[in-house]
Amino acid sequence: MNDLLRISGLTVRLPLDGEMRTVLSDVSLSIAAGEAVGLVGESGSGKSMTARSIVRLLPPGALVEGTIRYRGNDVPSLRGQRLRDLRSSVSMVFQDPRAHINPVRTVGDFLTEALRVNQRVARREAEGRAVRVLDEVGVADGPRRLRQYPHELSGGLLQRVMIAAALLTEPHLLLADEPTTALDVTTQAEVMAILDELRRERGLAMLFITHDLELAAAVCDRTAVMYAGRVMEIRASALLHDHALHPYTAALAAARPSLERRAERLVTTPGRPLSAFEAPDGCPFSTRCPHVRQRCHDERPDLRPLDGGQVACVRAEELAVSHD
Amino acid sequence: MAAYLMRRAIMLAATLLVSSFVVFAGLSVAPGNPLATLSGGRSLPPESVAVLVQRYHLDEPFFVQYATWLGNAVRGDLGMSITLRHDVSELIGSRSGTTIALILYAALIVLLAGVSLGLLAALRPGIVDSLVVMSTAVVVAVPPFVAAIVLIGIFAVNLRWLPALGNGSGLWDGIRHLTLPAFALAAASTAAVARVTRTTVRAELGREHVQTAVSRGIPYQAVVRRHALRNAAVPISTLAGMTVASMIALAAVVERAFSLNGLGSYLVTAALSKDFAVVQGISLVLVTSFVLINTLVDVVAAVLDPRIKLGRRA
Repeated sequence: MNDLLRISGLTVRLPLDGEMRTVLSDVSLSIAAGEAVGLVGESGSGKSMTARSIVRLLPPGALVEGTIRYRGNDVPSLRGQRLRDLRSSVSMVFQDPRAHINPVRTVGDFLTEALRVNQRVARREAEGRAVRVLDEVGVADGPRRLRQYPHELSGGLLQRVMIAAALLTEPHLLLADEPTTALDVTTQAEVMAILDELRRERGLAMLFITHDLELAAAVCDRTAVMYAGRVMEIRASALLHDHALHPYTAALAAARPSLERRAERLVTTPGRPLSAFEAPDGCPFSTRCPHVRQRCHDERPDLRPLDGGQVACVRAEELAVSHD
Repeated sequence: MAAYLMRRAIMLAATLLVSSFVVFAGLSVAPGNPLATLSGGRSLPPESVAVLVQRYHLDEPFFVQYATWLGNAVRGDLGMSITLRHDVSELIGSRSGTTIALILYAALIVLLAGVSLGLLAALRPGIVDSLVVMSTAVVVAVPPFVAAIVLIGIFAVNLRWLPALGNGSGLWDGIRHLTLPAFALAAASTAAVARVTRTTVRAELGREHVQTAVSRGIPYQAVVRRHALRNAAVPISTLAGMTVASMIALAAVVERAFSLNGLGSYLVTAALSKDFAVVQGISLVLVTSFVLINTLVDVVAAVLDPRIKLGRRA
């Protein structure tokens, strides 16, 4: 497979409270051109850090081990113009557009900034392109929107502006970091549909970060599940959701309320999500796993190929059999 | 924007009315009788007193005096100087050039040096930052009259680079003569602006929208200019404007220290000689400039931050 992005053995340590703490541990992930990969996990599981590592947007003092290759370039060693070229080719859609768009500059300035500063496109030309892309993301009356300020637009509209800005530079890879989490439910569906449609139209690859397993299954070809800074399972989205191999994935899928069946109480996973530096020596999920055995405390399971995907659980086969 | 400017204009007029009243009332409750000043301490015949009383409207009720004075002042007539027997407006006009040049010069120093030092400290953590933080902490506590003495001692007496006293003649000589006074006036404000620039630029650099700009591959200098400095411009311009407005009063001290023939030093002279028409006139001009500059600062803030107009925070 011709990979656009290949991450292998990525370990990231950040200085927190005066000591270096591991936030990502041995993360391996690849994305092919035009492929959408979901990254699912609880808060603090390292989803955003993984995305930020790809465009080198980590906090100062971060220590990075492992390799990240994007279109053949070794990302951690890029400097100056080559790093900016990488960033131009990978667009990021952030969770909170209100905070991630400069409040004192116009929407037009935000949309055209990358084109005008990096690609030296003339203002009139850049604005014309911005209006066309705004129309594609469902923002009518483009010329007027360009002159408005972010505080004059609703959250949903602003997130469409963010998506339009990400598409304007014609990137090869889109990093969407919970792009609909800050929006209300009806807007979420619209924004998600637009993002999905435009991505497919353009053949863009996407890393889609969410904590919603079902949403990831709906828009992504493959889904990776993260826990405590590690990848627990990667498989085709449909398989992952319906026939989870890892107990953690199964717990995530069970925790989501279903429209079809009536539940007295929602299923919860006991315990709290752990950060990578808090994880025990063996399997990081061993403290909360209902299927835990002594072996899970003794050895740390690596990702291994199984059933068309990869899973990091020593008991994956026997559990899969017992489910069926 | 038009509605905002209208609201500001009404507030400006109200502030000016109140401050003009304070200026006028302040002098009439001050010790000393204008007649005694006019007569120079001699006892005058009743006819002369009557003439003086009539000329200066001293027999009329306080509010009529105020209304007459304000009405004339609006038309540019600030009355006659008692000691110089000369039109106050002209006396003020001939001296205001020096003060305006001094304050503009000092404002330029505050903005250029203050913002550059602050930016340097914000972008260069470590030794450069520590140097700027320590030196500005000292300078910010130095009042202009102390700064004046130190600057005269170093640059005029020891190094003999710049003149210490007088206005000078011609443009270049005038600038040379204003350099030390302008630095004395600007020193503390420059340090304050540098510190605020450092803090706000650093805070802005940590904001999410700056991350967005970096993630799009915008060169770092452009990110600093277009986002961090641009957004920090609101608090910086507010502080710079306020310190420039305060310089209007502080200029009196500096003008005295450097024997400059400006409005401030004339105000001190006039107050000492109880020349009340001049004191009222200069006070009114100074207060008006102060209020105008503050209004300008508010309008600039509204232009720089589009959220202010809608916020109805005036």
